[in-house]
Amino acid sequence: MDLSSISPVTLIVSLMAASTPILLAALGELVVEKSGVLNLGVEGMMIIGAVCGFIAAVTTGSPWLGFLFGAICGAAVSMIFAVLTQYLMANQVASGLGLTMFGLGLAALLGHSYTGINPPSFSQIHIPVLSDLPVVGRIVFGHDPMIYFSLALTFGIWYFLTRTRGGLVLRAVGESHDAAHALGYKVIRIRMLAIAFGGACAGLGGAYLSLVRVPQWAEGMTAGAGWIALAIVVFASWKPGRAIIGAYLFGGVTVLQLNLQAAGLAISPAYLSMTPYLATIIVLVIMASDKKRQSLNAPASLGKTFFAST
Amino acid sequence: MLRLEARPEPSRAMVMLTPIIAVVATMIAGGILFAFLGNNPFTAIRIIFWDPLFNDMVASYTRPQLLVKAAPLILMAIGLSFGFRANVWNIGAEGQFIMGAVIGGGTALALYPLESPLVFPLIIIMGGLGGFLWAMIPAILKIRFNANEILVSLMLVYVAAQFLAAMVTGPMKSPVGMGFPVSRNFNEYQSAFNAELLSNTGLHFGVLVMMAVVVLGYIFLTRHIFGFQIRVSGQSARASKFAGVNPHTTVALCLGISGALAGLAGLFEVTGPAGKLSTNFPLGYGFTAIIVAFLGRLHPVGILLAGLLMALTYIGGELAQFQMSIPAAAIQVFQGMLLFFLLGVDILVNFRLRWDTKSKEAH
Repeated sequence: MDLSSISPVTLIVSLMAASTPILLAALGELVVEKSGVLNLGVEGMMIIGAVCGFIAAVTTGSPWLGFLFGAICGAAVSMIFAVLTQYLMANQVASGLGLTMFGLGLAALLGHSYTGINPPSFSQIHIPVLSDLPVVGRIVFGHDPMIYFSLALTFGIWYFLTRTRGGLVLRAVGESHDAAHALGYKVIRIRMLAIAFGGACAGLGGAYLSLVRVPQWAEGMTAGAGWIALAIVVFASWKPGRAIIGAYLFGGVTVLQLNLQAAGLAISPAYLSMTPYLATIIVLVIMASDKKRQSLNAPASLGKTFFAST
Repeated sequence: MLRLEARPEPSRAMVMLTPIIAVVATMIAGGILFAFLGNNPFTAIRIIFWDPLFNDMVASYTRPQLLVKAAPLILMAIGLSFGFRANVWNIGAEGQFIMGAVIGGGTALALYPLESPLVFPLIIIMGGLGGFLWAMIPAILKIRFNANEILVSLMLVYVAAQFLAAMVTGPMKSPVGMGFPVSRNFNEYQSAFNAELLSNTGLHFGVLVMMAVVVLGYIFLTRHIFGFQIRVSGQSARASKFAGVNPHTTVALCLGISGALAGLAGLFEVTGPAGKLSTNFPLGYGFTAIIVAFLGRLHPVGILLAGLLMALTYIGGELAQFQMSIPAAAIQVFQGMLLFFLLGVDILVNFRLRWDTKSKEAH
């Protein structure tokens, strides 16, 4: 094995790219869960975003339109879940699972003729002088715009949830939908918007996966990224800033194991491929065992069905 | 205006009727989907739902397949339905299915070429044990650390798939497989092969076990204290505590039973219809079983019917793929839609639709 082939700077740069799809999806789900809805369909919305974004980018030649279309399609499929759970009062766990299975199937169907095609390239920004600095230049100034967008989005969501009236209303709905309803807030409408936002974020994350991270379309390419995003929301105890730490941690494990595989570590690559999933389980256990923090931050109405009886 | 009115009691008629409504709605929506794909929707629906059973050209092959495909789905769905009733969400049946196949199949490979009537019972036990232990991981983490069993059991699906890959490229790789990542073929090992019991019926040993589990499941659910306990736990966690139900035991039992049944399903699949361990072995039955559990209303008899129907869509889907070149993924979409419609029309069980508000004053 040749560990010297792994450069720390390259590792950090590729870590950020590997984390961004998960971070975007986790941020969206965080907002959804803050509104009191548990959408387990992240994986399905992500893969729809991946395939739709890919098709749009290949067809138009513009990765930007690809991202936009990926987000729109992610939001569109999330509406199936939204109508089922908000208007037809279906079980959120089952509906979310259904969305994941439906999304994986639909994506495979749509992407059938797009395998093996390269998408239009989406390059890193280059700021003269700054991007050329040793080490710092590549880590701070050498990414593609979506990575900066994901960081800005984290800040924006934090600001919205904690510093604006809209964020307060959203959190109120998530804590007690009955109280929020009694105050005259439109619980269902607010939750519909939150779910659509979550779908758009997951779709964007998926599009990043197929347009930048891989960059190709392959069936089932999300490979559990949506589920890991759900775990990161728990890890982050519903705080956007901590979602970055969580996502980068998982990105780090993923990139490191890929590098170790490439460096020819003398164990079966299958065992290394397990590590991101095992890390997720370990983190879930650590976070869950700290009950005080969990009960403090978890939205009190999470996963409960709202029906206005009056 | 159309509005929802809560029923005083859940409608028993609707409990029976809603799955049928969902299936019909799925056929219509599926037909539209097939039309979009450029196929004749009526032909497609006929090929999927009618031909596998009644078309003489293909039925001799497809009819036995019905039991072969339905057995693992029903076996797993019955296990899952217990948990779903009790709000214990085992989403990782696919992983337990794989581990049952790897542990049980691996035991058989280790014993090869020993011929003995004890081999098959032993590997059945090992298969069930493999699934059971794999499901115990989320159970213990849930009980001990309160970790979310949905996410843990799901993560373990990916771990199990990688473990399978490690096994078939390493210790379980066939010495006569010409370097391909596959295990030895079980139909070359008489003592471990899960053969058809009656030729051309698809009836293998797993089907018998499945039928026994349907009966046992029914008795457990309706006549045994365990069935009562899981139903209470699902309806109200607090009430169940007053009824003396230990929530930890419920979690362990629900995950343990569903894991063991998924493991058995995996073992019967790998030693019979699949024939060998390979990275292509997992087919997503563990996920489809979730749809089967809901479609069957979490009831053993319903699950039996739902499993047969779902098996039909698999077989019919393959036919449609073959005859009309409808992509395999279309069937996945079809199954997903079925779950959506089912969850959607479910509202009719607890609510009725009423036109305008004047009817209130009428009586």
